[in-house]
Amino acid sequence: MIQSASNHEPLIRLVDVHKRFGPMVVLDGIDLELKTGETTVVIGESGAGKSVILKHIVRLLKPDRGEVYYRSKRIDNLPERALVSIRYRFGFLFQLSALFDSMTVADNIAFPIVEHSKKGKSEIDVIVAEKLAMVGMDGFQDRWPADLSGGQKKRVALARAIAVDPELILYDEPTTGLDPPRSDEINELILKLKRELGVTSVVVTHDMASARKVADRIVMIYQGKFIFDGTPEAVMKTDDVRVRCFVEGRCSDEVLKTLQGKSEA
Amino acid sequence: MLNVFSAIGVRTTTTIGAFGQSAIFCWQMFRWLIPGLVQRSTWSRTMPLFFEIGNRTLPVILVTGTFVGLVLAIQSYDQLSAAGFENHMGILVTVSLVQELGPVLAGVMLAGRVGGALTAELGTMRVTEQISALSVMGTDPIRQLVVPRFLACLLFAPLLTFFCDVAGSLAGWFVAVMMKGIPSGPYWYHIKDAIEGWDVMVGFTKSLVFGGAIALIACYKGFHCRTGAEGVGKACTESFVISFIVILITDFFIGTFLSGLYRGLYGFKSLI
Ligand SMILES: Nc1ncnc2c1ncn2[C@@H]1O[C@H](COP(=O)(O)OP(=O)(O)O)[C@@H](O)[C@H]1O
Ligand SMILES: [Mg+2]
Repeated sequence: MIQSASNHEPLIRLVDVHKRFGPMVVLDGIDLELKTGETTVVIGESGAGKSVILKHIVRLLKPDRGEVYYRSKRIDNLPERALVSIRYRFGFLFQLSALFDSMTVADNIAFPIVEHSKKGKSEIDVIVAEKLAMVGMDGFQDRWPADLSGGQKKRVALARAIAVDPELILYDEPTTGLDPPRSDEINELILKLKRELGVTSVVVTHDMASARKVADRIVMIYQGKFIFDGTPEAVMKTDDVRVRCFVEGRCSDEVLKTLQGKSEA
Repeated sequence: MLNVFSAIGVRTTTTIGAFGQSAIFCWQMFRWLIPGLVQRSTWSRTMPLFFEIGNRTLPVILVTGTFVGLVLAIQSYDQLSAAGFENHMGILVTVSLVQELGPVLAGVMLAGRVGGALTAELGTMRVTEQISALSVMGTDPIRQLVVPRFLACLLFAPLLTFFCDVAGSLAGWFVAVMMKGIPSGPYWYHIKDAIEGWDVMVGFTKSLVFGGAIALIACYKGFHCRTGAEGVGKACTESFVISFIVILITDFFIGTFLSGLYRGLYGFKSLI
């Protein structure tokens, strides 16, 4: 990993990003800087816009207003072709894994390598085996995605995300839908990739156990804005009732009142 | 009242938006298609699809073509024999097939058997984020997925039309010669006399247009399918219905245009 001393420049910077779908405002002025080597966890309720933030970083979505930077390069207005050389540095773990159903596990992992390099078959086989070993799935090369369990799919998808040695890995709800031991395997993998590859990561989740375990920094999105930004320790001590409700996993007092009101009536 | 206006407004903007979106989709497809024609990777993705389409549609089209030929022959025999023209009956059967029924039936089969399946396949890929994954890995999903499907449908439609024409003509021959006792020689002679390269060209043009349109509609519907299982199902139904309507409407316009052109170039042609 090349990390020059003067590298205080953030890897990714979102500046005042606004996004709406029809009448629904999803992002209402988001600022975010990702420092090299740091793991940032984005928490928030379902539908809060966490995936939308990730999609802005890889330009699957364009902001209505605001800017997105990769190092010092503005990427939100780049043409699709110019993006290829930048997206190549990103690995994206999709919420539903997004493995290609029509390809074997090996071909799935080989896909980004074939797209981005002129490596030969035997060289690619070696890389595929190495990446699969990294996620504990070596030997599954010839299986089909449909035959894998949810946790196995996640791990294969992670192997595909790291196939071309990205600088930045984006995890969209990596533990959602997995049982607790399986979730923790994924947490350990996230920590391992950070340790061994030195990657910068963003993890989107509403699983607080996972957030506390992998985060260097936690931000919370609420109604289109960040309402919390701090360490995993700070998030446990905050006075903000909206953050507390989320972190402690209980519903807000207003909801509680209406629920009780209904049961009494 | 204001609600009504705002509803109309929203409806209009979404309709215009969808129209623009589909135009951009087609444009991007053609932009990838032209350079893709000389790339080996395009053809290696197209060939398996080509065989799959054949598997799905050829048996059905042979059955359909045969029965349409039988019906056409039986109906035209009654009318023509009353006027003493029964030796010419092959012309009616064959011209209808080559110019109209062949391409339209091939188009409908393609829309039903292939278009729906393409929409379901791509819709599932959209919903499970496989299409986004392609983009993130630096590949254009339109180049990767739509171009080969477009090529496969475009090239297969004329072939399918050809098989439909052949099956129908043989069925017509069966009715004429085996059932109605018309001599085989004059039956074929009159057909050869009446069918021109032009008729074949009309059918060929139509089938190319239908094949391309079906592929574009099916892929567009799949790419822009709404999330959830019911989103995919809805996209499939819409894909078939739109393809079907587009086939019938473009058939009318191409037919009108080309027959006008023919009359301008060669004058009126009497079949009998
Ligand atoms: N491409 C899109 N078109 C329309 N609405 C979208 C799109 N993507 C996301 N949304 C909407 O934006 C909101 C936030 O979505 P998302 O970021 O997926 O939430 P989450 O925080 O659960 O990941 C949701 O209400 C969703 O319906
Ligand atoms: Mg999400």
